[in-house]
Amino acid sequence: MGPTLDFLTLLPYVSELVKGLTTTVVLTVVTTLTGLGLAVAVAYLRVNGQPWMRWGLGGYVEVTRNTPFIVQLFFIFFGLPGLGIKIDAITAAFIAMTLNLAAYSAEILRAGISATAKGQLEAARALGMSTLQSYRHVVLVPAFARVYPSLISQAIIVMLGSAVVSQISVFDLTYAANFIQSRNFRSFEVYLLITLVYLLLAFGMRRAFMLVGKRVFAYQQGEQR
Amino acid sequence: MTLVCVNNVHKAFGDLQVLKGIDLNVAQGEVVAIIGRSGSGKSTLLRCLNQLEQHDSGEITIAEQQLDAGSMSPKELSENVGMVFQSFNLFPHKTVGDNVCLAPVVVRGEARADVEKVAREVLDKVGLADKYDAYPAQLSGGQQQRVAIARALAMRPKVLLCDEVTSALDPELVGEVLRVLEALAAEGMTLILVTHEMGFARDVADRVVFMHQGRIHEEGEPAELFSNPKTPELKQFISAVL
Amino acid sequence: MIEFTLWDIVRNLLLAARWTVVLSLIAFVGGATVGLVLTFMRLSSRRWLQRFTSLYVDLFQGTPLLMQLFLIFFGAAAMGHPISAWWAASIALTLFTSAFLCDIWRGCLEAVAKGQWHAARVLGMNYFQTMRHVILPQALQLSIPPTVGFSVQVIKGTALASIIGFVELTKAGTMLNNATFEPFTIFTLVALFYFALCYPLSCYARHLEKKLYDAGLR
Repeated sequence: MGPTLDFLTLLPYVSELVKGLTTTVVLTVVTTLTGLGLAVAVAYLRVNGQPWMRWGLGGYVEVTRNTPFIVQLFFIFFGLPGLGIKIDAITAAFIAMTLNLAAYSAEILRAGISATAKGQLEAARALGMSTLQSYRHVVLVPAFARVYPSLISQAIIVMLGSAVVSQISVFDLTYAANFIQSRNFRSFEVYLLITLVYLLLAFGMRRAFMLVGKRVFAYQQGEQR
Repeated sequence: MTLVCVNNVHKAFGDLQVLKGIDLNVAQGEVVAIIGRSGSGKSTLLRCLNQLEQHDSGEITIAEQQLDAGSMSPKELSENVGMVFQSFNLFPHKTVGDNVCLAPVVVRGEARADVEKVAREVLDKVGLADKYDAYPAQLSGGQQQRVAIARALAMRPKVLLCDEVTSALDPELVGEVLRVLEALAAEGMTLILVTHEMGFARDVADRVVFMHQGRIHEEGEPAELFSNPKTPELKQFISAVL
Repeated sequence: MIEFTLWDIVRNLLLAARWTVVLSLIAFVGGATVGLVLTFMRLSSRRWLQRFTSLYVDLFQGTPLLMQLFLIFFGAAAMGHPISAWWAASIALTLFTSAFLCDIWRGCLEAVAKGQWHAARVLGMNYFQTMRHVILPQALQLSIPPTVGFSVQVIKGTALASIIGFVELTKAGTMLNNATFEPFTIFTLVALFYFALCYPLSCYARHLEKKLYDAGLR
């Protein structure tokens, strides 16, 4: 008795697949933007903020980096309502993914900033810019460019990690897979297909990021010869 | 006796012709300084002499053995040609002594005790006998480069290639390395150096070779060459660097 | 309903944390072993071996760990050989870990300066002598901090085993939550437990990294 693969039984579930894919893509796009935005603020304040702020943000970054994403998600979705803060599943997923990406990216950015900063900051100061101005106009873009590949990888890791939001009933790709396999009992085919979709998403995301990077960091191309 | 014989050697990187027919003979005990602008092909020529680059056509003979792709194993090659790099390339995880001893023990299979004796001798020669147990990171650039010379000498090569060995050094450290090379020259070591130190080339070299656009443009005795350059390119080069 | 004191909760989580540790160790040791083999395959001059390893690494780095877990768990069942959550989690995490470690170690080997190869070559060393005496010792030194750092990812990865029913820290947390309805306390504690496991490793990795940096090797 050889095991057979039957992908045809997936056909009736195209709409579920599309729904799941849409959720995963939208969640990823939105949280990538909010996460990276938050990361910039966190990185800036971890270097230039008040001591208590640096300390607090340091705590946030370390806790996030040293606990599993699924536990962060459960904490936000199941734990916070215990304090009377009620959050629906998709919002919880959005918050958890944003906070997760921001914590990692802030650390990556901080490394990029400290590698770029010193001489550039001094030059900006000599031209009379404030700290905030010099970050905005001088430091940030080269820092981003320097660590861009790591940021891409991190955003992809968060996208792949988002498979876990299915566990709080967010109808994402993985949820769609669970849903379908519970009806057609073809778990292996379903998961194989969904895994392939994730692989393509990761691939597509890297390509998209690189295209964006090529535009945004066009000034580097002369430098690299 | 001719030790190194280069005959009509060409080398290209993709479309870029870097060496366009080099002829050069170096006699036993001779000190040859190769000068020229960056991009003139001088480092590539040096690297062809020990097969770090493989030349495309022409012949290179070292100690009467022809050098083609795979004709000499790294081991055989190292018995003839030693090399010192611009960036030292010491092994950072090994002490000075181990840096010097590694190749004779591993490559030649010589007895550790004998090699250590040789190592102390060559380190003494470069003035660093007291640094035997130090790690490279604990040494100045000049000291590291002297260790690199000692490491090459421990293999008792017939000719020593020096690729801009002082270019990565702070100005005040250049002298100590050049003095070591000068002493080697005085002992009769065959040296081929790519260098930007014109004073050194003039004082120590037996012959200076000026490379320009992948060719040997002019060569001769240093005193004559520097005071009476024949080609406009060499004139311009000398006035730019002196 | 049984009353759970805080100590009851902590005790149960502690007991479950053992399995998180055990699973992490299995994944790490297994992953390091497979990863080592992969790294050497990657170094081989055979083209197809190089291709195979980079495909392997890309596949495991480009798909969710959760899917890898599902594929092994449900895949084995679909092939007519159902395996326990234990086995599925051990295999999936081992493969996942091996792909990442292979990538990290390859990076370390490539991070050893090109000049070291040249220097060894002009001293007459062949490929294996160079590897053995010059490149591997340096790559080994470089690889320790990121390897320790990755062990944190392995520990966090074991949390996903909860989804296929393996009772470790996270699963114990959800089970206790169902029994006590004290989600805030429980998930705070679960997070703290993971933090206690991971944070020392993170600090140690950072310390090692700094030591390498100070030694001028990075």
